Amino acid sequence: MTTKSQAVLNWIDERFPLTSSIKGHLTEYYAPKNFNFWYFFGSLALMVLVIQIVTGIFLVMHYKPDASLNAAGVPVAFASVEYIMRDVPGGWIIRYLHSTGASAFFIVVYLHMFRGLLYGSYRKPRELIWVFGTLIFLALMAEAFMGYLLPWGQMSYWGAQVIVNLFSAIPVIGPDLSLVIRGDYVVSDATLNRFFSFHVIAVPLVLIGLVAAHIIALHEVGSNNPDGIEIKKKKDSTGKPLDGIPFHPYYTVKDIVGVVVFLFVFSAVVFFAPEGGGYFLEFNNFIPADPLKTPPHIAPVWYFTPFYSILRAVTYPLFGLDAKFWGVVAMGASVVIIAFLPWLDRSPVKSIRYKGPIFKVVLTIFVICFFILGYLGVLPPTPGRTLVSQICSVLYFAFFLLMPWYSQLDKCKPEPERVNFK
Amino acid sequence: MSVDQEVDSGRRTLLLATSAAGGVAAVATAVPFVASLTPSERAKAAGAPVEADIGKLAPGEMMTVEWRGKPVWILRRTPEMLASLDKTEDKVSDPASNKPMQPEYAKNKYRSIKPEYLVAVGICTHLGCSPSDKFKVGAESGMGADWPGGFLCPCHGSQFDLAGRVYKSMPAPDNLEIPPHKYLADSTILVGDDGKA
Amino acid sequence: MKSRLMSFIKRAAAVALFAPVLAMAAGAELHLDKAPVSKDPAVLQHGAKLFVNYCLNCHGASYVRYNRLQDIGLTEQAIRDNLLFTAEKTGELMKIAMQRDEAKVWFGAAPPDLSVIARSRASEFGSGADWLYTYLRQFYRDPARPTGWNNVVFENVGMPHVLYELQGEQVAHVTQNADGTKHVELKLAKPGKLSAEEYDKTVADLVSFIVWMGEPVAEKRKSIGTIVLIFLAGLFVLSYALKKNYWKDIH
Repeated sequence: MTTKSQAVLNWIDERFPLTSSIKGHLTEYYAPKNFNFWYFFGSLALMVLVIQIVTGIFLVMHYKPDASLNAAGVPVAFASVEYIMRDVPGGWIIRYLHSTGASAFFIVVYLHMFRGLLYGSYRKPRELIWVFGTLIFLALMAEAFMGYLLPWGQMSYWGAQVIVNLFSAIPVIGPDLSLVIRGDYVVSDATLNRFFSFHVIAVPLVLIGLVAAHIIALHEVGSNNPDGIEIKKKKDSTGKPLDGIPFHPYYTVKDIVGVVVFLFVFSAVVFFAPEGGGYFLEFNNFIPADPLKTPPHIAPVWYFTPFYSILRAVTYPLFGLDAKFWGVVAMGASVVIIAFLPWLDRSPVKSIRYKGPIFKVVLTIFVICFFILGYLGVLPPTPGRTLVSQICSVLYFAFFLLMPWYSQLDKCKPEPERVNFK
Repeated sequence: MSVDQEVDSGRRTLLLATSAAGGVAAVATAVPFVASLTPSERAKAAGAPVEADIGKLAPGEMMTVEWRGKPVWILRRTPEMLASLDKTEDKVSDPASNKPMQPEYAKNKYRSIKPEYLVAVGICTHLGCSPSDKFKVGAESGMGADWPGGFLCPCHGSQFDLAGRVYKSMPAPDNLEIPPHKYLADSTILVGDDGKA
Repeated sequence: MKSRLMSFIKRAAAVALFAPVLAMAAGAELHLDKAPVSKDPAVLQHGAKLFVNYCLNCHGASYVRYNRLQDIGLTEQAIRDNLLFTAEKTGELMKIAMQRDEAKVWFGAAPPDLSVIARSRASEFGSGADWLYTYLRQFYRDPARPTGWNNVVFENVGMPHVLYELQGEQVAHVTQNADGTKHVELKLAKPGKLSAEEYDKTVADLVSFIVWMGEPVAEKRKSIGTIVLIFLAGLFVLSYALKKNYWKDIH
């Protein structure tokens, strides 16, 4: 480095912690060297967040949140999406990136969360990272839900109608609350405009703040790893963890490989199957919203369906409150309960590598239930399906609520002193 | 030592190659985003050439058509009006229309295809206001006794003669723009398309 | 007690196992013929002509600009001469003059805009093209309907059979299937201008155009996609080699 650029750097460093930030978060942030495949999804989630923000900024330049009908009898909002797809140069790419990005976000985040389950990443001292992560997931659900209304197609409209009506199940304040959310007696132009505002301004701000908190908390305590042992316990004479390597360059070059592979799969969808077989862009959503006609079968977008199934699984009234209310409670609880994992897990070890057979079986059942719930959520209910979703819902909650008990019961293997790295 | 250097050169090559490819990817990704900022098909359709029927235009009258959201004047000039252009010759800053404010076929004293008809974009070359017509000659125009007829921009007072040439020492730097146009028939002008571009 | 628990578990397992099968069995079944969709410009141009002549009187395609038809090989002049009935400039949208409220009175519902109809009609029974292809070939005479027409795929449809001159008139023979569902068989009662094969071809051309119109950029999208994927594959090789190079220091 020349003396001149060193002088500039010094000038900045006296006023802003540039060099120390780079060191603290990149070049001298020591990450365990034994990260495996599952550790790609954090950086990928950040990547998708950037994709969504950038494409979103450009979409807002052309999209119009307006439910009124244009001269051809089509809602302006719906027509403006097709305007982006056809008339705006490059608009179709930007829109498909954004619509595919929404689904990609959830795929990546679900895998990222599953990694946490596998290796006990939520355990002490990483409880706050996990809690922030759960909040990010909640914010993401709100973001996706409100974004899905914007194309103002049939699925947008009726999906929003159903979900907003859920809030009316809350005793006493419910009906007024859903009225306040909608700003009208049905989902309408007022709803579209406020969802637009939340989708492009409020929730993204919260999301970015939470992501920052998530990363700051992570870099405070250091990353977990597939062996679930603390690398900070074994340090060399200079105070560097023996099993740690600087995040930059080692994990930057590794994450770049992950990003390229992700982009390959992502581009394959964007360019060859942007509808995602009707799951990423639902067929009914190519019909403009019609407040007088519900499509024969409506289901939320795939990433909500596990939780939606849990909602529908509750069919019994309880304590004088109807099933609808308890369904909403169950659905809310199924998300919120994730945040309590750090205090539910009493296992002596963190990683599944050293946990006993009980956890492996329980986790497998949990994952299977999650998939079944997700699958049933896209289908119209039948008595048989409701029974299955009830069983799966019970098992879903059992995974969490029985954890303090079975995690202590499990026969764990001893953790190694140092991480495994071949 | 030599082994280390070999390693470094291999790494350097890979770094350069990956960065270069990544840079190409970044630029390629930017293309649709930048493209989305350019006029859309709707804007282009709205900016499509417009036909103007000049059959009913009396001598000394002016009509305005909209092309790309801008006023385009079509002024049918009387012989007196055309004669006034000789008088303004030494008062305007670019009498021979040397600056490229018009298609080649309008680079003449009348700044038009047919001397009788002036087709000009009615936007002042200063800051984009639309000048008003001051066709009346002399003191009656409120422009001074020797006013030969022309245009006055209400915003900053730029003055133009009846060929859209700007007077000397005016805020406006250039003559009014002559849009590409052509005659489809004797009484029909197509503004925005001269069949050349 | 124990046996009851066992039978419950068995039942639950059976339901869980066959849930996907049950899912497919539920709901009204639609039998759609596979549409021979073509990307041949000649086919699309013929389809465009059919669309403008037969559909664009009642249905708009209000997101599509006439000049977009240059993508299927038509010149601006050809569009102006042959297709431009509802607009003055080729840059305009394919809108229609019919009033929506009047249309509602005539047909019971305003005819939908057809720009993205092929995308919206896709379902688990087939693509949107399959639906349109089957729909346009399965109109039959039904005196009970105000228009005198009914349709196998779209029961009690508000739209009359606008292509009947070409296809002729079909009548329906309804029988009961063993499982109680209806089976409709169509017979040509009065032949039209075209033979059955010619009519199918005509409908296929029209459907091909409607599919194209649903996403005019589709072909371009795929060709750009190929380049993107090839490029990313190359970038993968480079980035992987770079990662290997750095990581050889880590032991």
